[in-house]
Parts: sequence; structure tokens; C-alpha cells
Amino acid sequence: MQSEVVLDMQGISKSFPGVKALSDVQLTLREGEVHALMGENGAGKSTLMKILFGMYTRDCGIIKLDGKEVELNGTLDSLEHGVSMIHQELSPVLHRSVAENIWLGREPVKGLLKLVDHDKMWADTKGLLERLDLEIDPREHMVSLTVAQMQMIEIAKAVSYNAKIIIMDEPSSSLTDKEVGHLFEIIRKLKGQGVAIVYISHKMDEIFEIADTITVFRDGQYISSVPARETNQSKLIKMMVGRELNKMFTREDHTIGEDMLKVEGLSLEKRFEDVSFDVKKGEIFGIAGLVGAGRTELVETLFGVRSKSAGHIYIKGKHVHIKSPDHAKKNGMALLTEDRRQSGLSLMLSVEDNTAVANMDSYVGGGNLLEVARLKKEAKEECKKIRVKTPTMTEPIGNLSGGNQQKVLLARWLLTKPDILFLDEPTRGIDVGAKAEIYKLISMFAQEGKTVIMVSSEMPELLGMCDRILVMHEGRNKGILDRNDASQEAIMSLALQKH
Amino acid sequence: MANTTASAEMLPTESSKQKQLKSLISKYGIYFAFIGLVIFMSAMHPAFLTVTNILNIIRQVTSIGLIALGVTIIIITRGIDLSSGSVLALVSVVAASLAQNPDWHAKMYPSLPALPVIVPILAALAIGSLCGAINGAFVAKTGIPPFIATLGMMIVARGAALIYSDGRPVSDLNDSYNFIGQGEIFGIPFPVILFIIMALISWILLNRTRFGKYAYSIGGNEQAAFVSGINVAKYKILVYTFGGFLAGMAGLVLSARISSGQPGLGNMFELDAIAAATIGGVSHAGGIGTIQGTVVGALIIGVLNNGLDLLNVSAYWQQIIKGSIIVAAVVFDMRKNARKN
Repeated sequence: MQSEVVLDMQGISKSFPGVKALSDVQLTLREGEVHALMGENGAGKSTLMKILFGMYTRDCGIIKLDGKEVELNGTLDSLEHGVSMIHQELSPVLHRSVAENIWLGREPVKGLLKLVDHDKMWADTKGLLERLDLEIDPREHMVSLTVAQMQMIEIAKAVSYNAKIIIMDEPSSSLTDKEVGHLFEIIRKLKGQGVAIVYISHKMDEIFEIADTITVFRDGQYISSVPARETNQSKLIKMMVGRELNKMFTREDHTIGEDMLKVEGLSLEKRFEDVSFDVKKGEIFGIAGLVGAGRTELVETLFGVRSKSAGHIYIKGKHVHIKSPDHAKKNGMALLTEDRRQSGLSLMLSVEDNTAVANMDSYVGGGNLLEVARLKKEAKEECKKIRVKTPTMTEPIGNLSGGNQQKVLLARWLLTKPDILFLDEPTRGIDVGAKAEIYKLISMFAQEGKTVIMVSSEMPELLGMCDRILVMHEGRNKGILDRNDASQEAIMSLALQKH
Repeated sequence: MANTTASAEMLPTESSKQKQLKSLISKYGIYFAFIGLVIFMSAMHPAFLTVTNILNIIRQVTSIGLIALGVTIIIITRGIDLSSGSVLALVSVVAASLAQNPDWHAKMYPSLPALPVIVPILAALAIGSLCGAINGAFVAKTGIPPFIATLGMMIVARGAALIYSDGRPVSDLNDSYNFIGQGEIFGIPFPVILFIIMALISWILLNRTRFGKYAYSIGGNEQAAFVSGINVAKYKILVYTFGGFLAGMAGLVLSARISSGQPGLGNMFELDAIAAATIGGVSHAGGIGTIQGTVVGALIIGVLNNGLDLLNVSAYWQQIIKGSIIVAAVVFDMRKNARKN
């Protein structure tokens, strides 16, 4: 009954500066099985898979493929050992053909001049696609394919390496139900050919449909591996979230006042639909949900980064039309974005300029010149107040630690004296000490009668800080939990509840 | 942090001294290089280090220098401007046509009376600014790469200059116009004074106004600037407009110096200006650059042109030397930044 073990990972640990991503975890894969990895965001699933695919080097532990211990230095190494990975974010070369994408970097060549052998490439691709029952022309350009088709091409590419193990990181996140059906057919076909599939997903119903074995991770630790038919949804949720809340969270008493922000039927095409809620003065309001639930898009729409397709927004009872971040700022809003590097920092600019950039309007003095002395003073005071550690205010911000960079961004927005502060994953990728300090700042802000709306994938953080929590899933408002009713189990089951 | 710096200061070891020297050299490398170049040229030729020659050098680089000031800010926003040389030409013919002596037999507008000099000046600055604004609008509103937008303007403006002047020089300009390029105040050439004033204004714009802060911010991380509530499109248009304004001013200065507007003027000036900014340490990856660096970059080009002429180096060899220096300066700059990270 039990088939051959193809992969055995034991005692794997991995640290990043300030974060222990994996500690002493294990994973065993058998030939022809679909093995689901589950856990909250940041539980360590992706890190473990990136180690297996050679993208990260482990700190310690053993990896055995087919019973032989191996070192995987880089993705080429892993591919040669028969391990392939299909990433959540596809990166096809859009204006080249399907065949050229599949054989990119290892094109078949012929003759003395090593010219690319297009005939062989097309024939090989045709055979490969037929093996997977894919009706796609090898000469078609990637750009004209659907996202689902591109994903199938990625799978075909993985197969073309004669992969014995294929890792799929949330492959269904951008597929329709019908496309997921097709994906599962292909997975079953591969399974029949003896390929082991690692399937990472948050979607319970899919996992119970396709997986043979389920392994759960939590906070970088291995929790358990169970056969799929011996468990159920509520048992899994318990395994995924069953930890104690630690005492990191500061929550000063704050009084909740009158309406600050009211959102009615807000929609953004293809991202979220018909979201309504209201938040009071002095309230800390959380938004929970899994990756892809539309949380970031929701706050970005409220802040004018994206344009809503429907709905109304009221601030202090007044109907507002937020058209741009500039406009949102003038309406007393501030947004700490999810991705520091992509949409927060200017790495080569100084701490001072990064702090003051959103507040320049208030430093304009006579003759339209900036009052530089006041700018320097206020930026410095704000950074000092929230305890940013930097050698000088003119240090390029790229030289600071993640936690301090995040604090500078928070200082940027606190300087603008907002009434409503949106925080998108405010503690992502920063160490525990800095986290606790940021919680304290959030709490103090609310105490002043201001409003905080925070998106987070760390449930303890939401439970520890928020007065109420909005739960989103796949672009829908699934309900709002009061602080007293909120628990990790309640949030998870609300999110994963079938509609 | 306070601890580490304090202990380092108390015990200045050999290596930390060396480090300080190294960081000093890398920070002010361009200024040292400039001083070294001046010393070298002075030693090689006695006529180099004379007041007349120095003023001559500065006067020769004013056109490129003015354009370089604008292109510096444009490159800081992660853009480029290839159109400045052509805009200069267009401006020169239009301004010259409004500044011709009334009795000149080949006058472009025979019935035009003598106009006050402010008319061609305003026309020049307005046309330059307009060309810049069009560049900026295409970059900001359509999202096409600045290289393409300004390449288009480069060709169009040159064509417009040829059409307007019918391919001929517009000559015999009045004395008050010529003063812009040939006049002196207290023995200092007027173009030099103009360049110094514009460099000061550019420095103030870049360091003491929102315009400058936002230029750095847009070049540093455009998405972050947008999310911080900066009207990115508006400031991009302003930055290119300022670049066009300065190209217009360069057109005035150059046509007044040779007392003639010509459709072929300013050929390849945009590249010399970009070279000056680049030698001066402006990063094409955006977010980094200073006016003082660009001024020194322009002076280095001026000193090289002048000095190599004095030393009788052929014009052909001068190109090879200049090209090599530009690439070397950027390699040096990249290594300096790479070390820092």
C-alpha cells in the first residue's frame, strides 16, 4: 500500500535577520501522492519549499531525495534533481511563444553554429502538451493565453524537466472553478505517472478534494502530518491556529466616540465587491483574511490609490470622493503600505527626507520656499518620539533595519496628523521588539480619539489590538466580529465558510 | 549607535583614518578630479590659468551648462531629455527673428518695427518652456518612456526650426539682444553671470522647495511618492518645463553670442549636457544628483575642450578622450555606490 519515499526533509531550520522562519521542521513525500501544506501566512510553508527548490539555503537539517542525501545550491541544482516549482506569481516572457517559454535557457541546438533547432523545439512541445491533454498551439505567444493556460504551461515546463516532485504554490488563486477542475485533472494524471505533488493552498474544499496527505505548519514549526481522509476542517483549523496569545500587545483604555468613517457598498472590479462597514473615533478596526481576500485593495481604494467601481465613502458624516492619495491626505487619511520597499521607501534618500516627504505642504513658507530648519526639527522630533534608531537624520534609509525603516514610515504619516490611519501589515518582516513598540504607538494613536484601520495576516495581532474585526474572503465581507466574540477559530471559519 | 561612533572617534586606528580618507575621496572625488585637471593644464600651458582664459572657459560652457542644470533635475526624476539641443535651435531662430536690425535688407519680417529686447527674450523662454511642458505631459500622462517622448521632440523641434527659418540663418541682430551673449558687467561676461544665477536658482529649487524634494522622491521611488500623496504627474510636467525653459535660455545666449539664430545650432548639445550631469554624479537610476556636481561636470568638459585645444590635441582625439572620461566617471560612481550598499 505505502509507496516509495521520494523526499525526506528532517530538522530543517532557517533564520532571516530578526526572524526565525523555520525551526526543526520535517516533511516526507511519497511517490504519486498529493501532499497539501497548510498554515497561516508566515507559517513557513513557502520558506520550506524555497529551500527545497534551491532558492534559499537552509541553516541546518538534512534533505534526502530517493534515499540519498543531497545539497541543493540554486534552482538549477534542484531542477537537475527532479524538483520543480510553480510559483504563485507567474513570470512568463509575454511576447515569445509557448515553446520558447518552456525551453527558455535550454533551447535545443543543431549544427556547427549551434543554431536553435526550432523544429525539434516545436515537436517536443507538442508531445509534451499532448501528454497533459493541453490543447494549446506551441507557436502561440504567451500574451494571448489566459492566466489558467499560462499556469498549465508552467506545469508543462515543470514536467519537461522530468520532475519527480512538483511544488505548486497556491496554483488556484487566480483560476475559475472550471479551470481548477482542469488543473485537478492534470494533477491526477501526473499522480498516475508517479509524480509527487506538493500543493500549497488556503482553500479547504480544494484540499479535501485533491490531497492525500496534509501537513500543517505554524509559526515556523512542524505541527503534524495526517492522511486527508482521517481529518476534517475544524481539526485542521485548530492545528493551524492553536497557540497562545503572547503578551506583546499594549491596549490602553480608549473611548470609542462617534462615526469617523462610513463605507457603503464599496466595490473594485475583480478585487472586492459590496463591502460596507463603519468605524468610530478612537476605534482600532481590524481587517482579517487570507492572501488574495482583497484587503490591501480595499484600503488602497479607500486611500485613492485605486479608483472604486461603486460605492460611497463618508468621513465624519460628509460624503467624500477620494480621487488620489493626495486627496485622501487632505481629507485626514494616511496609509502605511504593505510593501515597504515597493511603495514606501526611497532607499537612497535620507531618513529626514523619507520622514518629511508626505508633509511638505506644511513647511512651505515665504516665497514658496521650504522652511528647512523647521522641516529638519519636526522630522527629527517625530523620529525621536517613536524611537527610530539611526546614526544621523541624513543617513540613507536603506542602511536602517527593517523595524526602523517601518518606524520612519509610520513617522512620515504621524507627521501629517491624520484622523484615520490605515495600516497594511504594519509589522511584516520586523523583529519582536519593534513589533511591540509599533503596537504601543497604534494604541496611543487611538487613545487620542483617532481611528486606526489595520490589515494583518497575523491573527494574534488583530485579536490583541482590535476592537472589531472585519473578515474578508475572496473579495467579500464575510462578517464583522466584536472583540469579545473574536477568536482565531471564529475568524478562520468565517473566512472559509462556503457561500 | 552613539556608542560605536564614539569609540571609533576615541581610537582613530590606522584603518579608520584610511577609511575616512577613502570616503572623503569617493564623496568629493569629482571635485578633486577637477582640481587635478586644472593643475595639470596649468602646468602644461602658461596661458591656461589666466583670468581671460578662465572666463573664456566658463563662457564656452554656459549653453551646455544651462541645459545641464535642467537635465540634472530631469535625470533625478529618472527621466532624460534628448530634445534640448533642438529646442535651443528653434528658440534661437524665433528669438533672432524678433531682434533683427530694422534696416537689414534680408529681414525675416520686413515690416516689423524695432522691438524692445524683452520681446524676443520672453518669446524664447516661452517657447522653450512650452516644448518642455509638452515633453513632460507625454511622459506623465501617457506613460511613454522619457527617452521616446524627448526623442520625438528632438526631431520635431529641429524640423520646426528649419521650417521657421527656411533653413537659413537669421542674422544682423540688434545690440541690446547681442548683449545677452557678448556683454560684460564689471568685466565679467554676461552669460557667465546668467549661468551663475541660474545655477543658484536651480540649487534653491532642488534643495529648498517642494519641487526639488518631490523630484528626488519621484526618482527615488515613484510609487512611494504617489502613495505619499504627491501629484506625480504635475511635478513631472514642471520638471520637464524647467528643463525646456533652460534650453530656451541657452538658445538666447548662444544666438546672441554669434549674433545669429541658426536652425543647426546646438547639435548634440543635449548629449554634452547629459555628459556633464553624469560626470557630476547624477544617477540615471534616479534619486541622486546635485547642482554643484553638475556645474563641476560642465566645467570639466569646458576645461578639457579648452585645455586640449591649447595643447594642440586634434579635435578627433578630443572626442575619444571625452568619451572615455564619461564612461570612467560612471564606472567610478557605480563602484562607489556599490561599496556603500
